[in-house]
Amino acid sequence: MTARIGVVTFPGSLDDRDTQRAIRLAGAEPVALWHKDKDLKQVDAVVLCGGFSYGDYLRAGAIARFSPVMEPLIEQAKAGLPVLGICNGFQILTEAHLLPGTMLRNNHLHFICRDQKLRVENAETAWTSDYTAGQEIHIPLKNIDGQYVADQHTLDTLESEGRVAFRYLDVNPNGSNNDIAGVANEAGNVVGLMPHPEHAVEPLIGTGRTDGLPFFTSILKKLVNA
Amino acid sequence: MARVVVDVMLKPEILDPQGQAVQRALPRLGFEGISDVRQGKRFELEVDGPVDEAALARIHDLAESFLANTVIEDFTVRVEEVAEAVK
Repeated sequence: MTARIGVVTFPGSLDDRDTQRAIRLAGAEPVALWHKDKDLKQVDAVVLCGGFSYGDYLRAGAIARFSPVMEPLIEQAKAGLPVLGICNGFQILTEAHLLPGTMLRNNHLHFICRDQKLRVENAETAWTSDYTAGQEIHIPLKNIDGQYVADQHTLDTLESEGRVAFRYLDVNPNGSNNDIAGVANEAGNVVGLMPHPEHAVEPLIGTGRTDGLPFFTSILKKLVNA
Repeated sequence: MARVVVDVMLKPEILDPQGQAVQRALPRLGFEGISDVRQGKRFELEVDGPVDEAALARIHDLAESFLANTVIEDFTVRVEEVAEAVK
C-alpha cells in the first residue's frame, strides 16, 4: 500500500498536473481534489500547487483561502495532516494563517523565472527529511508576488525555532526578509515555499537535476513508515 | 441603500514598490514637489438596509478577515453619503 497525496485544483491553478506527476514519480498515488470538494477523500497529505488562483484578485491566495475545500484542510492541518504549499499554495497557506508572514510583490516589480539556488535549513519537517540540513539545491522559481515579509517578532521566532525551511543562496531574487524562501509551522507538518520542487524531478527537464524529488519521497517515507 | 467604503493601505513600515514606481515617474511627467506615493485599495460596499452599528461591525469583521491582510495592511471603514440622483 502506498500513500495517497491530494493535489487541489482551484480556478487558475497551473501546476496541478506537474505536481501529480511528481507525486507519481516518487512512488505515491496522486489524488485530484477540487476547490469545491467539502472533504479531502481521506488522503494522507495534501499539496497546494502553484498558479494564479482566482486570478490573484484581491491578494494572491486571498480568495482561494475561503474555498470549500479549505475548511477541512485547515482543520486537519491543525491536527497534523501534512500539507505542502508551493508558490501560490504557499500564499494560500499564509492567507489561511497556517503559516506566518505573507508575500508582497517582488521588490523589483518584475516577474522572475530562473533556476534558484537554495539551502535546506530544516531537514526535519514532513516534507524535507530526505534532504540533509545545509544541503544546497537548485529549484526553479517563477512568480511576481514572491517577497516574503513578516514582522520582526515573527522573524525572530522563525529563526530561533529553526522554522526557516529554505533560504535563497547567492542572490536574494525578490527582497524577501532574511533571504527566506520557505517556512514551516511549529509542528513541521505544514511547509510552504515559493520555488517549485515539482518542476525539478526529472533529468530531462530544466537543468537536468532532480533536486525537487526529495520533497515527495520525504513525505512518502513518512507516511508509509507511519 | 447606503454605501460603506473600506480603504486598505499597506502599513507605513511595509515597503510599497508600486507606490515608489509611481512616484519615480512623476518628475518625468512634469509633476514636481511630490515626495512620496503610497498605493492602496478602495472597496465600495452597497449595503441593503440600514447601516447601523451591527452592520458596521460585520463589515469591520469582513475587512479584517478578507479585504485586508492585517499582517501587512491597515484598513478604515466609513459610511459614505450617497447623493440623490439628479432628477
